[in-house]
Amino acid sequence: MSLRKQVQRGEHLIWLTGTALGGSLLMIAGLIAVIAVNGLGSFWPRPLVRLALTDGSVFLGEQVQSETIPDPDHPDHPKRDRIQLRVGNRDLLGFDFKWIDADRIGSRELPLAVWYVERREYGPLFGTPVAIKSGDREVAQGEEAAARLPELVARAAGDRAAVRRLEKDEIGDINHRIERARLELKRLDFEAHRAPARDLSKQRAALEQRTAAEKARYQVKQEELARLLDSVAGTFVTFRTADGTEKELRSLDIFRAYPANELGTVGRLRVYLSRLWAFLVEEPRESNTEGGIFPAIFGTVMMVMIMSVMVVPLGVLAALYLREYARQGPLVRLVRIAVNNLAGVPSIVFGVFGLGFFVYFVGGNIDRFFFPESLPAPTYGTGGILWASLTLALLTVPVVIVASEEALAAVPRSMREASLAMGATRFQTMLRVVLPAAAPGILTGLILAMARGAGEVAPLMLTGVVKLAPELPLDGHFPFFHLDRKFMHLGFHIYDVGFQSPNVEAAKPMVYTTAILLLLIVLLLNLTAIVVRNHLRKKYQTLAF
Amino acid sequence: METTVVDDSPVLRIRTAVRAREVVPQAEVAAQPAIRIQGLNLAYADNHVLHDITMEIEAERVTAFIGPSGCGKSTLLRCFNRMNDLIDGVRVWGDLSVMGLEVNGAQTDVIEVRRRVGMVFQKSNPFPKSIYENVVYGLRIAGIRDKPTLDAACERSLRSAALWDEVKDRLDQSGLGLSGGQMQRLCIARAIAVEPEIILMDEPCSALDPIATVKIEELIYELKEKYTIVIVTHNLQQAARVSDRTAFFWLGRLVEYGPTADLFTKPQDKLTEDYITGRFG
Repeated sequence: MSLRKQVQRGEHLIWLTGTALGGSLLMIAGLIAVIAVNGLGSFWPRPLVRLALTDGSVFLGEQVQSETIPDPDHPDHPKRDRIQLRVGNRDLLGFDFKWIDADRIGSRELPLAVWYVERREYGPLFGTPVAIKSGDREVAQGEEAAARLPELVARAAGDRAAVRRLEKDEIGDINHRIERARLELKRLDFEAHRAPARDLSKQRAALEQRTAAEKARYQVKQEELARLLDSVAGTFVTFRTADGTEKELRSLDIFRAYPANELGTVGRLRVYLSRLWAFLVEEPRESNTEGGIFPAIFGTVMMVMIMSVMVVPLGVLAALYLREYARQGPLVRLVRIAVNNLAGVPSIVFGVFGLGFFVYFVGGNIDRFFFPESLPAPTYGTGGILWASLTLALLTVPVVIVASEEALAAVPRSMREASLAMGATRFQTMLRVVLPAAAPGILTGLILAMARGAGEVAPLMLTGVVKLAPELPLDGHFPFFHLDRKFMHLGFHIYDVGFQSPNVEAAKPMVYTTAILLLLIVLLLNLTAIVVRNHLRKKYQTLAF
Repeated sequence: METTVVDDSPVLRIRTAVRAREVVPQAEVAAQPAIRIQGLNLAYADNHVLHDITMEIEAERVTAFIGPSGCGKSTLLRCFNRMNDLIDGVRVWGDLSVMGLEVNGAQTDVIEVRRRVGMVFQKSNPFPKSIYENVVYGLRIAGIRDKPTLDAACERSLRSAALWDEVKDRLDQSGLGLSGGQMQRLCIARAIAVEPEIILMDEPCSALDPIATVKIEELIYELKEKYTIVIVTHNLQQAARVSDRTAFFWLGRLVEYGPTADLFTKPQDKLTEDYITGRFG
């Protein structure tokens, strides 16, 4: 067949389009694979290698990577190998990672009886447990100490939970109540200023009494906490590191310990899963480079939900007006173009707007009228999850408007006519026929909006996201939803851990794992919306006219 | 299960109430034609579609509108329940009264006109709801919530539309799961659930196969006992089979109107004769 004929038949177009699609898929799959391998692999317990260098120094650690670099000293052999070792023990060595040239390595072995210890501070410790001390008394030595270590770690976890319960829940509750009473007292001051004639001494006395009672309870709990700490904090474990230094650790500070080179596959899998679980449900430690990211997951999901609750009514109402009520003319066309272009405004601009309008103007005025007692400390006049969600709602509303408008336009005219011919008003027709039939399309808009909103970071940095939020925006204290609170977010967490961390090398796996988690959460939120949409579609499916 | 028509149903009460508001006494309504058209004109922007239509449509009869495409027969039909309001820039002038009610009056309640004049469209258009909800839609929007009333109306309408036996076991299933003919009968059931006085049918069988068409035609034959039916059709045999009177339109004008038998056997107008003998159209 001649080339001309082939071109006419469009054979080359099939190849072109197929290649384009294949290329896109390959890039996306590659991206996801890189994130997944680097992220999920980082929890796998690797063997601890002991390297004796030719200069006599000894290092024990996990081999992170190896690479080949050019060697300026040997032009004949322009390449040499080096490996990166995570040596841990930052408090003793002053560094966490070390590059070692391959030709300087004297011997290499996998020693038994070396433990990987995750602790509260200074990153992991690699060493051999040599002694366990309770108070001043030594209770175990050598191999017996190693044998008793797992039990000790498990008990430490229980003790930490007990301390935390006392500290955060019980004493936290009391603090919360004292603060509330303080604010109420202050409000009484305002009241007295406004209406000097009123006698407020009774309320004042009641509040002061309440405060005193809470303070007494606070004392009791503090003493209880001190006693608890005394009873659990007295156990110490001594480790000997590769270079012979001894380090004493309080058992309470040990989070996880395992003999890295003695684990079988099942043992490794157990460590892996327990790390993965801890990553999902725990709070971050060590300026976010260790521990879990639960607050960030929670903040992300809650923010996306609040955003969805705000953006759908706003977008659908706007679309209804544009499509159903507005007289179609140049003005409506102009509005439509403007709405479409709004989707192209850089998100940081929305962030600046959110900061200026929501935080300073709206939030500032809310504070002035409703929370004058806590000023100058702002309540709503500072970044918070509500303002961040509203800013994102504004950012994503064009998507919802466009999708809703298209969904409304796709409702067949015959359907509206049927309803109107039955004597329904336009409003009834819209409510009972048009909106249900358009619901799947509107949900498509929401899905797009959620995907965009969940991944957005820049506007959040101005409107309420923080590196570490001590409290979740949803808890057991009245009124349960604390929309004024700052929150953590996975996207911001990636930026923070990856670029603002003091120990970038140690934080690298965290960046990947957080990224894959963000992907998974967006996927999960979208899947939920897709399931709802398919359900609606089945219910309200219209004929193909 | 046997049902009897409940005479004191809220639907009937609504209808009676609507009638009682009329200035014209009941007896006179019955004696009047169902629809009286006097010099009716219609234009879209500068396109004059209907020219001086004058005719009377008898109550409890089937009247067929025939004519070539674009002759204005559907437009005229849609004047009867003011469905043309939905199109921007439509002007209507002349007199049109349905059951004594001035349709185009400034004070006329369009909703009321549409409740009294039901409509069945060319393409069946059930709502994406259950069969039950489709049938009781008109009652629901009228504010009726009483379950027994809705149930009774549903069964009565489906029986009248000869659909009850086919769907009685799956009333909660989507109306869109029915066959084409069943869907069209569902639309008829939906229209008669609110007990209108007139049913307008805009080419109700044009998208149906011959068997479904026969069923609808039989249904029309039964329905004319109670309702005034106006049907627009392209199928001359159908017009001849189902209608009592036939009107032939050409280029927006009423050319000939008379008893169906007369119009088909001895047309008075040359145009009518040409059309029914298939010389054009």
